[in-house]
Amino acid sequence: MKNKWLTYPYLVWMLIFIFIPLLLVLFFSLTVRTPEGLAFSFENFQRFFEPIYLRVLLRSVYLALISTIICLVLGYPMAMILAGNNFKRKNVMVFLFVVPMWMNFLLRTYAWMTLLERQGLLNTFLSFLGLPPLNLLYTQEAVVLGMVYNFLPFMVLPIYSVLSKIDRQLIEAAADLGADQVTIFRRVIFPLSLPGVMSGITMVFMPAVTTFVISRLLGGGQFTLIGNLIEQQFLFVGDWHFGSAISMVMMVIILLSIGVLSRYDKEHEGGGLW
Amino acid sequence: MRKAKILGLALLLGLAVLTFAACGQDRKPVLSVYNWGDYIDESIIAEFEKEFNIRVNYDTFSTNEDMYVKVKSGGGSYDLLFPSDYTIERMRKEGMLHKLDFNNIPNYQYIEEQFKNLDYDPQNEYSVPYMWGTVGIVYNKKMVTKPVTSWRILWDEDYAKQILMLDSQRDSIGITLKMLGYSMNTRNLQELAAAKEALIKQKPLVLAYVGDDVKDKMIAGEAALAVVWSGDAVYMMRENPDLAFAIPEEGSNLWFDAMVIPNTSKHKTEAEKFINFLCRTEIAYKNTDYIGYSTPHREAKKLLEPELLNEPAAYPSAEQLANCEIFLDLGDFLKEYDRIWTEVKAI
Repeated sequence: MKNKWLTYPYLVWMLIFIFIPLLLVLFFSLTVRTPEGLAFSFENFQRFFEPIYLRVLLRSVYLALISTIICLVLGYPMAMILAGNNFKRKNVMVFLFVVPMWMNFLLRTYAWMTLLERQGLLNTFLSFLGLPPLNLLYTQEAVVLGMVYNFLPFMVLPIYSVLSKIDRQLIEAAADLGADQVTIFRRVIFPLSLPGVMSGITMVFMPAVTTFVISRLLGGGQFTLIGNLIEQQFLFVGDWHFGSAISMVMMVIILLSIGVLSRYDKEHEGGGLW
Repeated sequence: MRKAKILGLALLLGLAVLTFAACGQDRKPVLSVYNWGDYIDESIIAEFEKEFNIRVNYDTFSTNEDMYVKVKSGGGSYDLLFPSDYTIERMRKEGMLHKLDFNNIPNYQYIEEQFKNLDYDPQNEYSVPYMWGTVGIVYNKKMVTKPVTSWRILWDEDYAKQILMLDSQRDSIGITLKMLGYSMNTRNLQELAAAKEALIKQKPLVLAYVGDDVKDKMIAGEAALAVVWSGDAVYMMRENPDLAFAIPEEGSNLWFDAMVIPNTSKHKTEAEKFINFLCRTEIAYKNTDYIGYSTPHREAKKLLEPELLNEPAAYPSAEQLANCEIFLDLGDFLKEYDRIWTEVKAI
């Protein structure tokens, strides 16, 4: 225990930058401004549970879920290809996959705007083929596209790292025992890769459900997500109390989803993630 | 192209800031200026820095509301702001502004009398007018065949998904109230509810709620109609001759942006120097000519090319202004507007 003091800086750090701010958010969410000063109230939470805001919440969860599923469907095969033994220049591929992440997130999202615009690259191409232009930008699909594009690496990389650590001998053993490729995947590889899948899902779902930049740029302010609502309350309306209440609700949802995921994970004995 | 230019500029600015920081503590006073985006000829800032040996930290905002919230919550510690009338009124009432020392701003004399002592600053102690203008519809003549005379065209299903609205609550709710024949400063909840309903009904027709990017979009022909501030319309029409500007018959908003010093500023004299500099005739002319907004500066206006002077978007006739209203500070009632806009956006 002689190294215990080493943890104190971290404890102080967490206290100042995580615990106290959280308490402040909680405090703001439970108070309202009145002419006499701050007053304790559940009004902010009550307001959030009006149908109009619940719909925003549902929309956020729905779009984030769809993006997560698409990321999983696209990302899993990609991770398998990357982890595959017979694949040369594996490192180059992984590198290529990571390189776009070095570029600023905002810049990459702006790039999509110029691709999807009515006079953008895609529509120019369509009209070149003699096809009518499509309304691509400022749609729900554009928002999902932005999420999938931006968060796909967060799905691929954890799965890849778990897949590449699977003991080859297990697969060989399964083959020796007469399992075909499909059975090997279903009974051996996939169960063993679940921890990666779970962490991939969390790492995609969380930023997707809280994003406000993607929905603003690619959704044109049409599809207010929970992140936009929070941003609006803090930056434009100046109602920190309502904004804090939404943040608290958001936090609870994220905690719940992490809880559900990690529970599922344990049942499959995929190894402790949390 | 423009985006690339802005990006380049931002990069350069970032680099400049870094080099300055790297040079260690130079003793130059630093003036923090908080202005609307695309609202100054940036070379003017460099000229000022050179002439007065003052370093300018230049930062931009997109609506009065986000500027107010940031300053109110103590963010940024700015020395000079450029809010509009109703926000100046609000800040003045809340005691957020320094009284200006007009001995340091002799060029104030060039401001036309009709822009002095306006309701938001009745004794003219706190502000010096910067630009003024209206809100109207900019439209692409190639895409819009119907006459643009009423705000109702923004509710016309023929232009579904070709309409850009301003993501600014007072403006968007205000024009809707005008369309319905009410005052832009209404405190009548029924009138507001009607405006909210109309905005919700309009939402499926709207392509996007935008800020400064409206200019790039309209110039590129991405949309047919957009609600814009008059000066932006002048800029857009210059870049794309297919565009035209109209102030609807129901009337619109007449606004004034002015320079004020928040009372948290520790560089009041430097800020006054900057105000005075911006009111210098040749600077005011250069600036007006560049950004396209309407100047309250008598001498600068005389220098403008007749083309811009005769542009009704920039200098509308008294007739066009007849039905226009100036925004008033709504005090606590603003909450209702906040809520409506939040809900319209959320739905």
